[in-house]
Amino acid sequence: MEAKRIRAPLTDADVMGLKAGDNVLISGVIYAARDAAHKKLVELLEKKEALPFDLKGQFIYYVGPTPAKPGQVIGSAGPTTSGRMDSYTPKILENGIKAVIGKGSRSAATVQAFQDYKGIYLAATGGAGALLAKTIKEAEIVAYPELGPEAIRCLVVEDFPATVINDAYGNDLYEEGRRQYVVK
Amino acid sequence: MREIDMAVVSATVAEICKEANYYLGEDVIGAFKKGLAEEVSPVGREVFKQLLENARIAREEEVPMCQDTGTAVLFVELGQNVRLVGGDFNEALNAGVRRGYTEGYLRKSIVKDPLQRINSGDNTPAVVHLQIVPGDQIKITLAPKGGGSENMSALKMLTPSQGSKGLVDFVVETVSRAGSNPCPPVVVGVGFGGNFEKVAYLAKKALLRPLGQPNRDPFYADLEKEMLEQINKTGVGPQGFGGRFTALAVHIESYPCHIASMPAAVNINCHASRHAERVI
Ligand code: SF4
Repeated sequence: MEAKRIRAPLTDADVMGLKAGDNVLISGVIYAARDAAHKKLVELLEKKEALPFDLKGQFIYYVGPTPAKPGQVIGSAGPTTSGRMDSYTPKILENGIKAVIGKGSRSAATVQAFQDYKGIYLAATGGAGALLAKTIKEAEIVAYPELGPEAIRCLVVEDFPATVINDAYGNDLYEEGRRQYVVK
Repeated sequence: MREIDMAVVSATVAEICKEANYYLGEDVIGAFKKGLAEEVSPVGREVFKQLLENARIAREEEVPMCQDTGTAVLFVELGQNVRLVGGDFNEALNAGVRRGYTEGYLRKSIVKDPLQRINSGDNTPAVVHLQIVPGDQIKITLAPKGGGSENMSALKMLTPSQGSKGLVDFVVETVSRAGSNPCPPVVVGVGFGGNFEKVAYLAKKALLRPLGQPNRDPFYADLEKEMLEQINKTGVGPQGFGGRFTALAVHIESYPCHIASMPAAVNINCHASRHAERVI
C-alpha cells in the first residue's frame, strides 16, 4: 500500500483528502502532549488564557518518551493509549488542532468531534518506540518541563508513519477492519 | 549454606532491567516472522514489518523497544540454602531497579500514590513475587509490564457449572473487548483456579512461558489452542487495524481450587513481551 505524504500543519482541505485506512508519512512540526499536558491546555482554554503554542492546524502526538541517551535526539517514542484523552479532545479540536496521533479506540463523542471540527485521528504502531524515534529529527520542550515525560515537546519529524483511524467523514478503521476480517 | 551478597543481587537486577527492555526474545521475533508471512491483511503485514525493524533497532542500539518500560515485576525463586548477607533483600531488589532504570535510560512510570500521582522518580517500588525453593541459588526473572495492556486485563469468579465453555468465552470476550488498546498482536496469560489473589498471579506467571510452548497437560494445551483460534477469528488483527493475528499465543496456568469456586483471570501482554532472567 502506497503511503501518502502529508506535511504539518494541515488545512481543512488536507483533512478532507484523508480517509480511514490511509497510510501516511508525516513531516514537519508536531507537538507531544499526553494526560497531564492535556489537562493544563484545557484549563487554559476554559480560562481563555494564552497557550504555550498556537493550536491552529497542528498535530498533537500522545507520547511520553524514555529519556534520551547521550547523542540521541529523543528516547523511544511510541504512542500511548488515546482513550484517556477523550474528555479533552473535542475542546482541543474546537480550538484549532487538526490531527491527533495515538493508539486505541476513541469514544463516540470524540469520533463525532472529528466530523464536527474537520479533524482526523491517526494511529502509530504501539510498541514501535525505537523505530518511531528514528523519524524524530529535533525535540525541544516548549512547556511544563516539570512534567518530565509528560512535558509538551515540539518535535520535528520526517516521514513519521501512521494510519488514519477516524476521518472527518465518520469512518472508523478499527470497526471496518474488524468487520472485514471477522470469521463468523 | 551458601552466602549471597546483596550487592550482587542489586547488580543482577540492574542488568536484567536493561536487557529485558532492549532485547526482544527470539520466540517473539519468530512469531513476528510468522505473522509477516501469514497475515492476510496488508496493513497487518505492515505492522509486523515495523515490529521486526523496531526490535532490530532496539537490540543494535541498546534502546528500549517501547517507551513504556513498565512496572518492574520480579519473580524471585530463593533457594532455601542461601544465606542473604550484606543488607535488606527487598531493598536490594529495589536498588537494582533504581539503578537499571536510571543507567539504562528507561522511563520512570511509577507514581507514589494512585490518587496523588506523584512520580517516584526511579520506577520503584517493584512488584515482587517471592517463592522459596530447594537449593542454594537465586533465580530472578524481570518482566517489565506496560500500562496499556495491563489496563485491559480482567478477573472473574466463574461458577463451576460454567465449565470450560465459561472459561473460553470469558477469555475470548476480554481480548475482543480490549480491541486495539493493548497493542495487538497480544500474548494472553490465563490464570485458572486457586482463589481470588492466586488466579491473578497465575495469569501473570503464564506470560513468562516461551511463546508457543504448550501447557504440559494435554487438556489445557487443547484449550489454549481453541482459545487462540477463537481470538484470531475476532478480526481485531495487528494494532486493531483488522486481520487474523490478534494474539500470538495463549498460555494457561491452572491450580486446584475450592469446591464452590472457579476463578479465572486474563492478563493481557502486548507484543512487547519482555522478560530476562539470571541465576545467581
Ligand atoms: S501496551 Fe505494550 S507495546 Fe503498547 S505501549 Fe504499552 S508497553 Fe508498549
